[in-house]
Amino acid sequence: MPDATGLELTAHELREVEPEAILDTVFHRGRATLVAEPTHVKTVIGHLRSKGYTFLASLHGVDYYPEEPRLGVIYELLDMKRVDRISVKARLHTEAPAVASVVELFPGAEFPEREVYDMFGVEFEGHPDLRRILMPEDYEGFPQRRDFPVGGEPVLFTYNEEQNYGKWQ
Amino acid sequence: MSSLTEDYRRREESITIAHEPAGQGETHELLTLNIGPHHPATHGVLRLLATLEGEVVRDVKPIVGYVHTGIEKTCEDKAYWKVIPVVERMDYLSYYFNAMAFCGAVETLLGLEVPPRAQYLRVIHLELNRIMSHLVWLGTSALDLGAISMFWYCFRERETVLDLFEMSSGQRMHTRYIQVGGVIEDIPQGFAAKVRRFCKEMPRRADQYADLLEKNQIVVERLRGTGVVGEQELLSLGVTGPLLRATGNPWDLRKAHPYSSYDHFDFKIPVGTVGDNYDRFKVRHAEFYESTKIIEQALDGLPEGPFITPDRKIALPPRHELATSMEALIHHFKLVTEGFRVPPGEAYYPIESPRGELGCFVRADGSAKPARVHMRDPSFTNLQALAAMVRDGYIADLIATLAMLDPILGGIDR
Repeated sequence: MPDATGLELTAHELREVEPEAILDTVFHRGRATLVAEPTHVKTVIGHLRSKGYTFLASLHGVDYYPEEPRLGVIYELLDMKRVDRISVKARLHTEAPAVASVVELFPGAEFPEREVYDMFGVEFEGHPDLRRILMPEDYEGFPQRRDFPVGGEPVLFTYNEEQNYGKWQ
Repeated sequence: MSSLTEDYRRREESITIAHEPAGQGETHELLTLNIGPHHPATHGVLRLLATLEGEVVRDVKPIVGYVHTGIEKTCEDKAYWKVIPVVERMDYLSYYFNAMAFCGAVETLLGLEVPPRAQYLRVIHLELNRIMSHLVWLGTSALDLGAISMFWYCFRERETVLDLFEMSSGQRMHTRYIQVGGVIEDIPQGFAAKVRRFCKEMPRRADQYADLLEKNQIVVERLRGTGVVGEQELLSLGVTGPLLRATGNPWDLRKAHPYSSYDHFDFKIPVGTVGDNYDRFKVRHAEFYESTKIIEQALDGLPEGPFITPDRKIALPPRHELATSMEALIHHFKLVTEGFRVPPGEAYYPIESPRGELGCFVRADGSAKPARVHMRDPSFTNLQALAAMVRDGYIADLIATLAMLDPILGGIDR
């Protein structure tokens, strides 16, 4: 992990490349996070990649309900040479949430981005194959959002497959 | 060799499958073949849409989600300590690792120090679990290649490990042994002796597996030179673990970024050279020996002291205190009814599971339940490399490659 100073320096560097790109920096319990402006996420990640963070370890979707903007997409970047991790976070509104896909930079982001789309409804622009991955393809709603109710969903059998399966009321 | 064999070998070698023209028509036609979801060679409920040209795989699309059970959603509805048995059910062969990743993330958020004895006990169980997971992989993979006897040998040893788990935690699978702040119980009398006996036995058993498989022409021919993908491509696809190490990259979080006192132990990271299926097999096979070494060292150096944090706000007080101490009773009541609260924040805790980097992301909002739990499961990410591994190879090699990829569908679908 870069320390708090290192994180500020990285943020400063990124602001020189793109003045609006970094909204905030968070350093908590040894974890360095750059909060990026959603439209500049790909630029930020591309710049970090050229700085040595060449491995995308993980990609998470988060719902910050009731905070606004509600949704968050978090990229965990890893520099294998220096054993250094940094995370980039983009906050999105629930109305038509969209962010640029990083599949071009990291082909391994394909499945994780599909999962975030599946669970939170975030559109990744430029993703080669943005479909649901874990839920059935005709499923309605985004189940990992905090306002999505738990339970009460009928289990699919042959006798009830015609009735209301996968509908979220 | 007879002239017939020579002729056959010559004609076999003259076939180049990489540059066969693809297309439609009378001579060339692509066939889409659906493999799974219920198929014994897919190691779970995995569906593969393979595009074939004759016997050659031109493309394969994995389709997952058949055992999606919404575990991450369930976690948001449970107190932190009740999440542990739920996350253990994700990757059902490496339950100690799932619990470790989750507990590690929560401990990071709490800023909690884990006692040294607990760290060592965790290491002992994690490495036993690694051996157990690799045994299941080896047994079922050999089964896919047609060697049924390996399956029985591997499951015999696995049984020994499960008996050890039962002895220390009362459960054979999904043990709930690792807790936030330490482990649930100290190891019982006689456990160390049994583990030592297993550690003495295991390298000999692994030697026997090698004797059975490495000199078997069918196994060697089906594994050597198949499913080769280079290091850089694997890295760009996010692949970690034995698959990456088979290409010669010694990336292992136990060495690179030690957690739970892995830096106290002397062990090696087995690596391969070319990154074919044979290297993947050898790397995992060599890990049997290294894990055994770690367990023995952890037993030798097992420190005295508490097995769980003495912080009563996090860990349950010992049973005998409840009869004499009012505070203990209050703490017990609070922990069992509400659980403990975790200050707001986010943490990502990566560990080295048998399949690669297993990371747990936890977001706490200050309440007694996590606001988001997400597992970066190595099987999920590694599965993306399957198409690159099997493209332009025979369909029989697809089965071998899938076996050596070692996907666990419970972890992929969560």
